[in-house]
Amino acid sequence: MEQWLAHVAPWLSANDIFTPATLARYWTGLVNTVDLVFVSLIIGLMMAVPLAIVRSSRRWWLSGPVWVYTYIFRGTPLLIQLYLAYYGFAFVPGVQDSWLWFFIEDPVYPALFAFTLNTAAYTTEIFHGAIRATPRGELEAARAYGMSSARAYRRIVLPSAFRRALPAYGNEVIFMLHASAIASAVTIMDLTGAAYFVYARFYTPFPAFICVALIYMGLTFAILAVFRTLERRLLRHRQPAA
Amino acid sequence: MPDAPIPLVVDDLHKRFGDNEVLKGLSLTAHQGDVISLIGASGSGKSTFLRCMNLLEQPDAGDITVHGEAIAFRETKRGRTPADWKQVERIRARLSMVFQNFNLWAHLTLLQNVIEAPVHVLGVKKREARERGLALLERVGLASHAAHFPAQLSGGQQQRGAIARALAMEPEVMLFDEPTSALDPELVGDVLRVMRELAEEGRTMIVVTHEMDFARDVSSQVLYLHEGRVEEAGKPAEVLGSPSSARLRRFLAPRF
Amino acid sequence: MLWIDFHGYGPRLLSGAWLTFELAILSLALALVLGLIAASARLSRSRGAAGVATTYTTLIRGVPDLVLMMLLFYGGQIGVNMVTDQLYALFDIDIFININPFIAGVTTLGVIYGAYMAETFRGAFMAVDEGQMEAARAYGMSPWRTFKRIRFPLMMRHALPGLGNNWQVLLKSTALVSIIGLTDMVRVADKATKATHEPFLFMLPVAVGYLAMTTVSELAMLWLKRRYDTGFEH
Repeated sequence: MEQWLAHVAPWLSANDIFTPATLARYWTGLVNTVDLVFVSLIIGLMMAVPLAIVRSSRRWWLSGPVWVYTYIFRGTPLLIQLYLAYYGFAFVPGVQDSWLWFFIEDPVYPALFAFTLNTAAYTTEIFHGAIRATPRGELEAARAYGMSSARAYRRIVLPSAFRRALPAYGNEVIFMLHASAIASAVTIMDLTGAAYFVYARFYTPFPAFICVALIYMGLTFAILAVFRTLERRLLRHRQPAA
Repeated sequence: MPDAPIPLVVDDLHKRFGDNEVLKGLSLTAHQGDVISLIGASGSGKSTFLRCMNLLEQPDAGDITVHGEAIAFRETKRGRTPADWKQVERIRARLSMVFQNFNLWAHLTLLQNVIEAPVHVLGVKKREARERGLALLERVGLASHAAHFPAQLSGGQQQRGAIARALAMEPEVMLFDEPTSALDPELVGDVLRVMRELAEEGRTMIVVTHEMDFARDVSSQVLYLHEGRVEEAGKPAEVLGSPSSARLRRFLAPRF
Repeated sequence: MLWIDFHGYGPRLLSGAWLTFELAILSLALALVLGLIAASARLSRSRGAAGVATTYTTLIRGVPDLVLMMLLFYGGQIGVNMVTDQLYALFDIDIFININPFIAGVTTLGVIYGAYMAETFRGAFMAVDEGQMEAARAYGMSPWRTFKRIRFPLMMRHALPGLGNNWQVLLKSTALVSIIGLTDMVRVADKATKATHEPFLFMLPVAVGYLAMTTVSELAMLWLKRRYDTGFEH
């Protein structure tokens, strides 16, 4: 570590931009971005599973409302959804004095709110597509062997649908990582916010943004690698004979 | 055994799709050890008849009695439906079906396919189910393929695996829905051999088939269906050997 | 919507919507051209061209569009300034080019979505059965005619769903230009909200505007799909 520092220290003092102070800012940005994306993905995923099941229902009064929800959230820019959450809560009369104050005091909460609803909508549609793609015969076999529709869903439809949805969900995770860059628009110090700060402070767009682009790229490739491993493990059944 | 309940009795089954009546009063009785072949041209209703027996299609009228237990129905505005789905599920578990397109569960290995319903429907212990499943796969010549996924098997292997899956339920009656129709000709033999063995060991089977040799050699009874009715029925030697209706004679005539 | 009182922001909101629309259409055109070129380059026999195109698509798709937008937008001006400074120092040519934010927006969106289009086109080209082109050559068609009459229409059938998808994402990404200072409808709504403290009054109509555009696109895609699907069973 000390040796490493000894190597890095001269370089750090030799350049004006990547000082320990700005590097710390990038680090905070990284932590904030990962936090924001991870938490909204987890909650969004937990919402999407039941929503997708309801969305796949044959009863229109069950599937209809979910369809409207996903249609609206997938048909409008996330930035609008973020602004609506951010300003919407802040300017509601009386909210300043209520217990909801904590929610708007820190822009992270409205951002989490908007991101979660957004990724839940996309993930719901991904799962819904996967559920609908269940081969009819497999479901029929489950029923023919005496499974109730609930059990057939739990044992056959969902496990195979989750596997089918994996590649598309991997794309959604990357999409969310990239989309989270707009958090900087509501004053959150995420990765992009940190880069903008460095750019504005030193008026050096190239180092500031290229550095952050490389970090995003690293995260993207890491996500890709994770999903490739998962796919290799969970989609074995699609590969021809071993 | 005069008092043993009859495995399957179907009485006067009717089924319509819209205006089209596809089953016009079909009956059938399968005693213990019977092998009943349903033959007929496509559109004669033989597959629908079979699929009504385990309620994959809902018959509009008629009774189905499995091992002395009659399926209860109730009338609704949309027509007749089973009164108690739990009962239907229980009865389905005793009538294992083998499908034309195998319908193995693609995300499960062959062994997992075989033990899935015994464990999760019948409540058999997992270890016990595995042991029996492996023995059944051995029987159909697939012991070495237990860990393979369906997509990694040939059609014939998949169908033999599906038969093992059906056997694992220790069914009252086995329902075969054109089990060799989706197979390449050279793979048909293995599947038919397994089915012959099952017939010889006294399984009760109902087989929708185009394999006339199988129907002639293996079945105890043949039903020739035409437009939703039984046109001829009886011992295979009689029905296939000396058909009385001109239509059946034409159906059986060798095609070139 | 005209009977709603927009506190005088109504006309600006409308012109912002028009700017969003223009921006989306022009970037789409640029992205399609860049995508076709990059896809052809990736599939070409030239290693250099394929390498450049691969780098382009991989780098762009690994980075958020907002970051690329900031890089190209803020960096672009400084880059141009550096060039003009050099021109002045070396040749005594004194020019000042101020980057037009609208052109910058179109360029950045076009360059970003060109990379996504390239991937779609590449997959679609590879999905076309070689035998079809062989047949065209066997009937004496020139390479260009083979491309125009056979390969391109067949490829489009495979590409359409992906292109439609990219277009929908691009359309929604236009909202990002408000962050770098273009007065599209999102920026107008943002300013109006800050001035009047009525977020729903301004943000909801903008959301409806986007929803209308995505809905029309969806219907158009269905129509196009039916056209290109002629002769194929589904």
